[in-house]
Amino acid sequence: MWQSSLEPHMSHKTLEYHWGKHHRGYVEDLNKEIVGTQFDGATLEDIITVAYNKGDPLPAFNNAAQIWNHDFFWESMRPGGGGKPVRQLLELIEKDFGSYDRFIEEFKAAASTQFGSGWVWLAYKANRLDVGNAIDPCPSEEDKKLVVVKSPNGVNPLVWDYSPLLTIDVWEVQN
Amino acid sequence: EEEEEEEEEKMRLCYFNTTPHLLATNFSKPFNIPRHHIITNGQFRVSQRGVRTRAFYGLTTPPYKLDALEPYMSKNTMEMHWGEHHCSYVEGLNKQLEKNNLLYGCTMEELVKITYNNGNPLPEFNNAAQVWNHDFFWESMQPDGGKIPGEGVIQQIEKDFGSFTNFRENFVETALTLFGSGWIWLVLNSREERLTVVKTSNAINPLIWGDIPIVGLDMWEHAYYLDYQNDKAKYVNVFMNHLVSWQAAATRMARAEAFVNLGEPKIPVA
Repeated sequence: MWQSSLEPHMSHKTLEYHWGKHHRGYVEDLNKEIVGTQFDGATLEDIITVAYNKGDPLPAFNNAAQIWNHDFFWESMRPGGGGKPVRQLLELIEKDFGSYDRFIEEFKAAASTQFGSGWVWLAYKANRLDVGNAIDPCPSEEDKKLVVVKSPNGVNPLVWDYSPLLTIDVWEVQN
Repeated sequence: EEEEEEEEEKMRLCYFNTTPHLLATNFSKPFNIPRHHIITNGQFRVSQRGVRTRAFYGLTTPPYKLDALEPYMSKNTMEMHWGEHHCSYVEGLNKQLEKNNLLYGCTMEELVKITYNNGNPLPEFNNAAQVWNHDFFWESMQPDGGKIPGEGVIQQIEKDFGSFTNFRENFVETALTLFGSGWIWLVLNSREERLTVVKTSNAINPLIWGDIPIVGLDMWEHAYYLDYQNDKAKYVNVFMNHLVSWQAAATRMARAEAFVNLGEPKIPVA
């Protein structure tokens, strides 16, 4: 399958463990956890946003978020990937970070300074208020731009209402 | 001149004394602390000689050889865990302390509590706490460890958990329910005056609550991944069966009783 095609940057063995054991473990644990609860039958993103419970997470949050994070992580990579983005995304990155190289520096800095386990994201921060669907009528400089954010353990930018574009797993060991 | 040398030697011993624990570090092994200098501030007479050594905290060595815990914790793991991770926390801490003289001169325990800053940790906290945690972790293990604790500890465990088996199950379960990086502790809770098992995230340790840790287990992935990959249960069970140092625990309990009254108060009758 596609498992061996990220070599030599990410080995087949790494993927076997990371996807085959850790990711699979989260899925199996979540399935066991939600049987008979309010989350049974809900979509994964619903479980994440509800179980996050504004920072006081319910038990299902960790597993659900980690499943989503890993799905997203696999999709953030492809064989023969890397290099510069093109066209629109490159323009947006240059607009919000100054240059592609500055973005890479920021991304690397975030990844190496995450203490404990976590993730680093390239995400889009819209100008939403923390109330339902409201749009902030006075957006600040911080809104409506691409940002690099890091999150601890299982947390991901969905809970802050950002739109993730790319992620990297910086739990201590992903291999 | 000789006097100054003596004083400088005393200074050096002061600042290298990084172990707040009862078990002494093996001082016969030389510390490998390159590039550090003993600071001289107004308190000490400045010697006329050349380069000054500035040193803050040193990397304490585990009280056994790096391969002594085989096959339960491999030499590879120890070399990486102690030689790279623990070492980088020490170096990181010293770099941070170079800039901040206010934190200078504390014992490791004091530094952890001060930098925790009541829940709003200063940047030095992560490094300081991780240095302390790892010092404690090496001493929480011994070659040919595990089995059952001896006198002093076993009674307290049976009193507070019902039985040693209960405690052990509690410990393993707590370890397996920790999400992300962190530590598991058998700790003497000073307010409740009993032993409990607690789990903490990232660098946090029970000192910040004023409690007295008795045994510590590193559940960061770097501690077990090389040897056990994702089989956390196996790692924790091996720790309980073959690694944990009940001798160290007994020493700590003995010391802890100077601070926490574990029995009925002995009030002299007139």
